[in-house]
Amino acid sequence: MRLGSGAFAACCVVIEVLGVALFLRGFFPAPVRSSSRAEQRAEPAAPEPSAGASSNWTKLPPPLFKKVVIMLIDGLRDDFVFGSKGVKFMPYTTYLVEKGASHSFVAEAKLPTVTMPRIKALMTGSLPGFIDVVRNLNSPELLEDNVITQAKAAGKRIIFYGDETWVKLFPKHFVEYDGTTSFFVSDYTEVDDNVTRHLDKVLKRGDWDVLILHYLGLDHIGHVSGPSSPLIGHKLREMDSILMKIHTSLLSEERETLVPNLLVLCGDHGMSETGGHGASSMEELNTALILISSAFERKPGDIRRPKHVQQTDLAATLAIGLGLPIPGNSVGSLLFPTVEGRPVREQLRFLHLNAVQLSKLLQENVPSYEKAGTRSGDGLFLNGSLPAHTAAVFPSQVLSLLLLSIPEALSNKAELEVPLWSPVFSLLFYLTLLVLSALHVIVCTSAESSCYFCGLSWLTAGGVMVLVSALLCAVVSALAKTFGDGKFLSKNSAHPKPRWSELDVLILLGTMGHVLSLGASSFIEEEHQTWYFLINTLCLALCHEIYRNCLLRDDSEPQQCPHVEEEFIRTAAALQDRSTGCDTLEPHGVSRSLTSLDTLRGYEKWMVLASPWVILTCCRLLRSLNQTGVQWAHRPDLGHWLTSSDHKAELSVLTALSLIVIFALVQRKCSLTSKVALALGLLGVYCYRAAIGNVLFPWQQDSKDISKGVIEARFVHVFVLGILFTGTKDLLKSQVIATDVTIKTVGLWEIYSGLVLLAALLFRPHNLPVLVFSLLIQTIMTKFIWKPLRHDAAEITIMHYWFGQAFFYFQGNSNNIATVDISAGFVGLDTYIEVPAVFLTAFATFAGPVLWASHLVSFLSSETSSGSALSHACFCYALICSFPVSAYIILVTSLRYHLFIWSVFSPKLLYEGMHILITAAICVFFTAMDQTNTKS
Amino acid sequence: MKDTDIKRLLYTHLLCIFSIILSICIPSFFLENFSILETHLTWLCICSVSVTAVNLVLYLIVKPNASSKRSSISYKVTRFLKCCIYFLMSCFFFHVIFVLYGAPLIELVLETFLFAVILSTFTTVPCLCLLGPNIKAWLRVFSRNGVTSIWENSLQITTISSFIGTWLGAFPIPLDWERPWQVWPISCTLGATFGYVAGLVISPLWIYWNRKQLTYKNN
Repeated sequence: MRLGSGAFAACCVVIEVLGVALFLRGFFPAPVRSSSRAEQRAEPAAPEPSAGASSNWTKLPPPLFKKVVIMLIDGLRDDFVFGSKGVKFMPYTTYLVEKGASHSFVAEAKLPTVTMPRIKALMTGSLPGFIDVVRNLNSPELLEDNVITQAKAAGKRIIFYGDETWVKLFPKHFVEYDGTTSFFVSDYTEVDDNVTRHLDKVLKRGDWDVLILHYLGLDHIGHVSGPSSPLIGHKLREMDSILMKIHTSLLSEERETLVPNLLVLCGDHGMSETGGHGASSMEELNTALILISSAFERKPGDIRRPKHVQQTDLAATLAIGLGLPIPGNSVGSLLFPTVEGRPVREQLRFLHLNAVQLSKLLQENVPSYEKAGTRSGDGLFLNGSLPAHTAAVFPSQVLSLLLLSIPEALSNKAELEVPLWSPVFSLLFYLTLLVLSALHVIVCTSAESSCYFCGLSWLTAGGVMVLVSALLCAVVSALAKTFGDGKFLSKNSAHPKPRWSELDVLILLGTMGHVLSLGASSFIEEEHQTWYFLINTLCLALCHEIYRNCLLRDDSEPQQCPHVEEEFIRTAAALQDRSTGCDTLEPHGVSRSLTSLDTLRGYEKWMVLASPWVILTCCRLLRSLNQTGVQWAHRPDLGHWLTSSDHKAELSVLTALSLIVIFALVQRKCSLTSKVALALGLLGVYCYRAAIGNVLFPWQQDSKDISKGVIEARFVHVFVLGILFTGTKDLLKSQVIATDVTIKTVGLWEIYSGLVLLAALLFRPHNLPVLVFSLLIQTIMTKFIWKPLRHDAAEITIMHYWFGQAFFYFQGNSNNIATVDISAGFVGLDTYIEVPAVFLTAFATFAGPVLWASHLVSFLSSETSSGSALSHACFCYALICSFPVSAYIILVTSLRYHLFIWSVFSPKLLYEGMHILITAAICVFFTAMDQTNTKS
Repeated sequence: MKDTDIKRLLYTHLLCIFSIILSICIPSFFLENFSILETHLTWLCICSVSVTAVNLVLYLIVKPNASSKRSSISYKVTRFLKCCIYFLMSCFFFHVIFVLYGAPLIELVLETFLFAVILSTFTTVPCLCLLGPNIKAWLRVFSRNGVTSIWENSLQITTISSFIGTWLGAFPIPLDWERPWQVWPISCTLGATFGYVAGLVISPLWIYWNRKQLTYKNN
């Protein structure tokens, strides 16, 4: 079967996406827990050891507290309560911590520091798996043994107000609940008012045993404006007054009933210095935990630092406090200070219960989890050697197929013979398939179902096996063909290989070096440095090439005009010197004498010579806009300076200026309608930012009314869709009518400008310069570097890819879940709707690579020099994107016992998975464009 | 191009390497607490001065390129002054490139500048000695097939290896090993030095191995 290399590459990437998905499923399994859950609950509590006095105390001890109120504040970092902020904004809590009857702790959360896994950890006492980060968006019911289920079984009445995640986790457990959606990040007053409005009624009623309140506002403020925002203070003061209200109400009730109640104030995770969470910095891990009850001793003047405990300890403590059995999978230990006031015999009894539960958990888990037991317990994929990692074969097979077909795919015809049908009917295919299915059957029937593929349905497993063996055959036949050709070539032809230019060597070495660097955790954390370094070097190499090109052109005609050569060299030197000071150029009379050298006019020649330096300066400016990574993330940067509330005026000016420049750069090639739409859309972007209070209008001095800006954002969305629609219409027209290429070029450019408009809407205002510089660099490169130097499609593609990657980091991303800006998913949405929110977030995160790739398409199709450019580009793009992914999957598989596997390598794996998915979409788009090209 | 030429080249290069070694050993007799890592800036100055001095002396003794036709005093003085200006400009040029590569703009200016000075010492000073303040000749030497003698060939090799050493020297900076030599710009200066020394060692050997293939236009 003959395929265009573009279509072939797109197929390969799609198959690779399947492989990566399979690998991810195997790598992050749903955590397996103890199987004997039902029995556990039925069996009686462990009897007390019969040492000493005879005893037949087999029942659970009675509850210590009558009522329990859990006040969970999302993102409550330890220093918000125990630090200077706590003293300033939470006076009542500080009083309770220092003088009241309370115990305070710093509870350490485990990775991932995202809400849903943390709620699970608090209630089950176990450690959730890493993949719960992704499931955070879509939480299914919690089936594991947990405190809430136990309490419901014991007939306690539970009331819940707050984050909807709880309602999804415990759908039938609450006698009364009101869920607020947690994803509308820019709203931080209403979410909390919705919780507090029920409080007065409920506190008076007293027909409940457990009350859970989950406040989201603090976390939302963190996401929007960071932990040093003045809004944090207001929110903490509000939380303090709520705590006081609950505490006084509980105290007055105790005076009547004389049974102590318990009030728990805790956070689920912390907040990093940039306001996000999800990673493993100290600020994100340490949360405040305060237990308040009149049963505790007062400790006046006790100003010790709060003790560090694990977050999972709360589940065991709550279970003991409510007189319930401890959840079976809990790895926490009882917080001993809470039972210190009880008689010694009871204290011992509580400890014994906890010890029995823990030893049972250990016994159940140790035989099959010997290796995992030494680690923190969440590394459950480690058991079973064969299964999950077989999926790693997939991407590497695809990669080798791509690599083997390079020479053919990059030939002038850009077509290649895909060895697809002959291998399918070959003996090798059936043999491999037979061996694989035999292995599958043997493993699944003999072992105690620890095989990963047995978890899949038979149909999926069969499909996977067919695909694997087909790919294997394809690789083998491609290999055979290459070797045959190689022998043939070496025998009959000694035609010299085209010499590699320095640029090609740099591109090759850079790609290899980047892939190798993924093996080191520091290089993953600081991957942005790698990319910045590479594109800087690329610019210098381009600069070298430009200067040398000019020189060689001089050398070819030195006899005719020797003085011109000298002149040129002098100008080049002057340029070099000038560029040390600044990059502005004033063409002198010299340029006149240069016109004879080139078809370019003098001014353009100057621009060609200056362009690498302009690009380098742009990159340096962008680099200081957002500090990302780990080591230097705390450094002050322009982004923080701009977003601080004192510099709103500067931010407004910058935003307006950026939007104007964006319009000026994009409108060049648009049709008139889309020009108007673009202008209105960009105006709408400013209105949206003004409406949500990021920027100011000149006539509006202080931002009084802050809305969600839904109308403004939808206004922009309409224009985005309109421009995209116009673009698609043009493309279809060019396909049907097949008249000229200009319609298609305009169409592609319109799609590109629609994406730019969407990015302008979704980017935070301080990130708009990233968009501006991206457009600027694209314009400069197109005009002054790619066209005059006549790079081939492969080089241009790889340069686009490198710049796309660099811009991914320029916009403030990193290989860390915490930097994903989820507020972008809610622009123009009233409530959380899954599909658009996920799409918008993904687009905002990967805007850099996507915009550069779409620029690549429109650039290459506007250059009509060679028809096969697009398919070459598609092939190269697929190759260069799948290379890091495949290598990284193998690296991760071999590094799975690394200390940082969860904190560094796994988030990067998720990013890579997402990236390959987006690459697949881009490649399919490429191929579609290519098809229309060949038809017309 | 004779073997004696290559021998002379080798000796001059050995002297250059020797000067770097001396710049590491000698100052510890005169200065207290001298070490490359802790008093890095002092070492940079000393190393730069000694390498420059050795290069100048060697140039005056060996005279690799035939003496210029005009040799009036005023011509020599202007030539020398021009060389100084070129050297300073190359320092600033490298400084700007380091900042573009991500060196801090305001903090650590002195460190960055001294790094630029030492890189200029390794690259610009030999160029100035051998080719004089003549950008045209420089561009010729550093383009493909442009060299005209083994001296220029070795100059090409040492300069490029210094740059590559500097470039590779930046790699360990993001690693979290927390070693003293990972501090900016120590790893880069060390990389530049190693690159320069490696170039000095490699170039005579390389020329020796390839002496059959090498043909220079003017030789």
